[in-house]
Amino acid sequence: MKIIPFIVQKEFLQIFRNKSMLPIIFVMPFVQLLVLSYAANFEVKNLTLYITDHDYSAASQRLVNKFQGTGYFQLTGLSSGVQAGFEQIEKNEADLILQIPFDFEKNLYSRQPTDLQLIVNAIDGIKAGLANTYSNAIIADFNEEISAELPVTQVMRRAVPIQIESHNWFNTELDYKTFMVPGILVLLVTMIGAFLSSMNIVREKEIGTIEQLNATTIKKHQFIIGKLLPFWLLGLAELTFGLILARLIFDIPFEGSLLLVFGFAAIYMLVVLGIGMFISTVTDTQQQAMFIAWFFLVIFILMSGLFTAIENMPIWAQQITRFNPVAYFVKFMRMVLLKGSTFQDVQYLFGAITLYAIIINVLAILNYRKTSI
Amino acid sequence: MNNTYAIKAENLTRQFGSFTAVDQISFQVKKGEIFGFLGANGAGKTTAIRMLCGLLKPSGGHAEVAGFDIFRQQEKIKQHIGYMSQKFSLYEDLTLYENIRFYGGVYGLRMSEIRERAEDLLKKLGLTQQRNLLVKSLPLGWKQKLAFSVASIHNPEIVFLDEPTSGVDPVTRRQFWNLIYEAAHGGTTIFITTHYMEEAEYCNRISLMVAGKIKALDTPTGLKTQYAAESMDDVFLKLTQQ
Amino acid sequence: MKQFIAFVKKEFYHIFRDKRTLLILFGMPVVQVILFGFAITNEINEAHIVFLDKSHDVATDKIKDKILSSGYFRLNEKTPRSSADLQEIFREGKVKVAVVFGQNFYKNMLTHQSANIEILADASDPNMATTLTAYVTAIIRQYQAEEQTITGGLIGTEVKMLYNEQLKGVFLFVPGVITVILMLVSAMMTSITITREKELGTMEILMVSPLKPGLIILGKSTPYIALAMINAVTILLLAWTVFEMPIRGSLLLLLAECLLFVITSLSIGILISTITNSQQTALLISLMALMLPTILLSGFIFPINSMPLVLRYVSNIIPARWFIEIVRSIMLKGVGLEVIWTETLVLAGMALLFIVVSIKKFNIRLG
Repeated sequence: MKIIPFIVQKEFLQIFRNKSMLPIIFVMPFVQLLVLSYAANFEVKNLTLYITDHDYSAASQRLVNKFQGTGYFQLTGLSSGVQAGFEQIEKNEADLILQIPFDFEKNLYSRQPTDLQLIVNAIDGIKAGLANTYSNAIIADFNEEISAELPVTQVMRRAVPIQIESHNWFNTELDYKTFMVPGILVLLVTMIGAFLSSMNIVREKEIGTIEQLNATTIKKHQFIIGKLLPFWLLGLAELTFGLILARLIFDIPFEGSLLLVFGFAAIYMLVVLGIGMFISTVTDTQQQAMFIAWFFLVIFILMSGLFTAIENMPIWAQQITRFNPVAYFVKFMRMVLLKGSTFQDVQYLFGAITLYAIIINVLAILNYRKTSI
Repeated sequence: MNNTYAIKAENLTRQFGSFTAVDQISFQVKKGEIFGFLGANGAGKTTAIRMLCGLLKPSGGHAEVAGFDIFRQQEKIKQHIGYMSQKFSLYEDLTLYENIRFYGGVYGLRMSEIRERAEDLLKKLGLTQQRNLLVKSLPLGWKQKLAFSVASIHNPEIVFLDEPTSGVDPVTRRQFWNLIYEAAHGGTTIFITTHYMEEAEYCNRISLMVAGKIKALDTPTGLKTQYAAESMDDVFLKLTQQ
Repeated sequence: MKQFIAFVKKEFYHIFRDKRTLLILFGMPVVQVILFGFAITNEINEAHIVFLDKSHDVATDKIKDKILSSGYFRLNEKTPRSSADLQEIFREGKVKVAVVFGQNFYKNMLTHQSANIEILADASDPNMATTLTAYVTAIIRQYQAEEQTITGGLIGTEVKMLYNEQLKGVFLFVPGVITVILMLVSAMMTSITITREKELGTMEILMVSPLKPGLIILGKSTPYIALAMINAVTILLLAWTVFEMPIRGSLLLLLAECLLFVITSLSIGILISTITNSQQTALLISLMALMLPTILLSGFIFPINSMPLVLRYVSNIIPARWFIEIVRSIMLKGVGLEVIWTETLVLAGMALLFIVVSIKKFNIRLG
């Protein structure tokens, strides 16, 4: 066991001496945190709207105002022609067109059915879906208002009063950054951990020092543990800085226990580093290691629920995410940081990630051969 | 177990696919001997040395190093040997002292021992002043001398050296051999490969490898007499032309 | 010319010998397109819901039925008994929305006092919360309308989704995946392969050969142009056959634009290789300065319009941003060069700029 501190010391010396790696390790993650948090934004607040109003009445004007008043839409133009709107959509200047038909007001007040038309640029399906949802909510609201104002006739019963009140828990202001930042922290420690560890052993292969080490009595587990420890500490340090930034800059609530967060992160880092070490043992060059790490990271990250909810995936895809450690950590961070989930709530995540850590590290140790076949 | 031999090999063979890199070689190395393994590049020297160090599994034959079987007891062997690989084996981005400390640690020495031996070693090499320089700033010859000292920092019974002097100038090469003599004098067995024929003269006994086979094995003088040659170069030329 | 062909052949051998890298180069686009196409979707699909019903009467039962039969929701096995339970249930993470009916709901409805419904959503995912709340609200309003038996007067909405009627996520992502892959193959691989020759010292040998430096670089990049184009075609075929993504514009124009983008990326790769000396540095620069911005700031995943102003400006200097625009326009909107000539010119300009700078750097090195 005495050998491990020597390896750890050596790895640290090498990390801190590598001028091209230092910025990658210490600056890049935080630039990423900042850029990503602002860029990774599915918040749809500034939808650009073109309105074609064929009616030009008080009622249509009221509807237009209602659209403008919500804060979701930004009016890019208003006219009675159709062509201009389509041109704007083609040039990406407008996301959607609302067409108000002739006799809108007349039909409305005489209780004749009348149809509004929404034309949405649906290349971005997510955005289009939300645009549709927002518009329909506004129109439904408008509908309510109007029918409440209309005189009640004998044949009709009075309106049925249902009060709907909605509350958004855990993120009352619907701030998208609150949602993304805990997940982005996961992304950062994962990328750094996986890249550094996957390129580590293979680098010793490339420069030839691995032969020298293999000719000593060093035990496989000592070697792997000695290599893992420095990156493990780095990863946790990075997470700490990330959490501080998240708190100071993005005002992320820390509802749950930080001890729980670090406990989980400690195990999670073992998984990430184990995967990196495993890649390192099966490759011959850093280039190969980098490509393989990149390949798996892309899949892990896209399937992690970070950008799109896992619940919305088809069942087979949800099954695949069971094997994705990133998904567990993203879920964990959101639950604990934003909702204050307790150990009881997340113990199955702990179980899964621990199992993963054991399996992948045993594999990495077994797969590292001191004697070639 | 026969105590007079540090290494015994019988019909040791290694194949890579259909290519036989080492073809049924047999030899014995006595304790305290400087045993040279000579041959052109690609003759199978490195493959042989890697098998003896427990870094590569042999395909056939039998061998013992320091009394341990190279098929089953590789880790035991590693307790008794030092190895300096053909590729440069120190960390360029660490200082001299950091390299010594790291390998000392890996070989299981205690910190007090490491400090003591590092001092001795640096003094012996005349590098005390340079102890905090990065290894990459040293000339190749010095690096090789340092690598040899590091490979034997734990006083192993046998030291394996794979082409330690290739690319090194003749003066430094001579100095390197002084280090080897010193170690051998202290009782260490030296197993060295080289393709410099004149270096063969420095060994107690040499074996000449051609295309994976040992073509000749004797003392340098013995070989020269046997082949009626003036130098080892001649011996080698005559052998390869056979 | 013969020498040049021999040289290109040698480059192809290098590439085809490294089976693992090759597997990834061809496997990555396939896996990505399929994942993006099938799995990455924001369509709501059976979100878990719970009800806290303080009335348990005809009206609340009917509303619950309507919500559960809408297809968007699925009843979670947990039943809250009080508001305090809700907090607990949300924390466990599965339930996304809760509907709370006030007391005497049906009675209030009949007597025209206010009948109360509260919708609580787990807004740690804001978009999901907004959408789910809107769905529930719409279902309740519909119930309300049915009960009111008001005939007419309701505004209907006719919705037309342009270019992508089924709101398929894959339509958005395919252009992005093509972009990332082309960038990876042309910029990253080229920069690495050239620095590798530098590292190994073989560049010097090539330099003293009778081949002109320009030809050497060209020879090194030709295989990657071919690889990149094969990848582009593979992705398009996949998108077309598996996801029925249309190519509404001209295929020829699309391929020509792909080639233009490959050349732009290559020129970046060459530029990187002139300023670096080790594979590792080339790799890291490619990754940090090329791949990440390409993925994050190009509009590939995140809409540029939702970004802060600074990032929107930054996105303009990213070639991928322009290329993605071009691909989307040709494939989905079916427009021709007359609409996308600005984007095309920007790309061509960038390529020219990078090539000129690389040549300058190269000459300084030689001189």
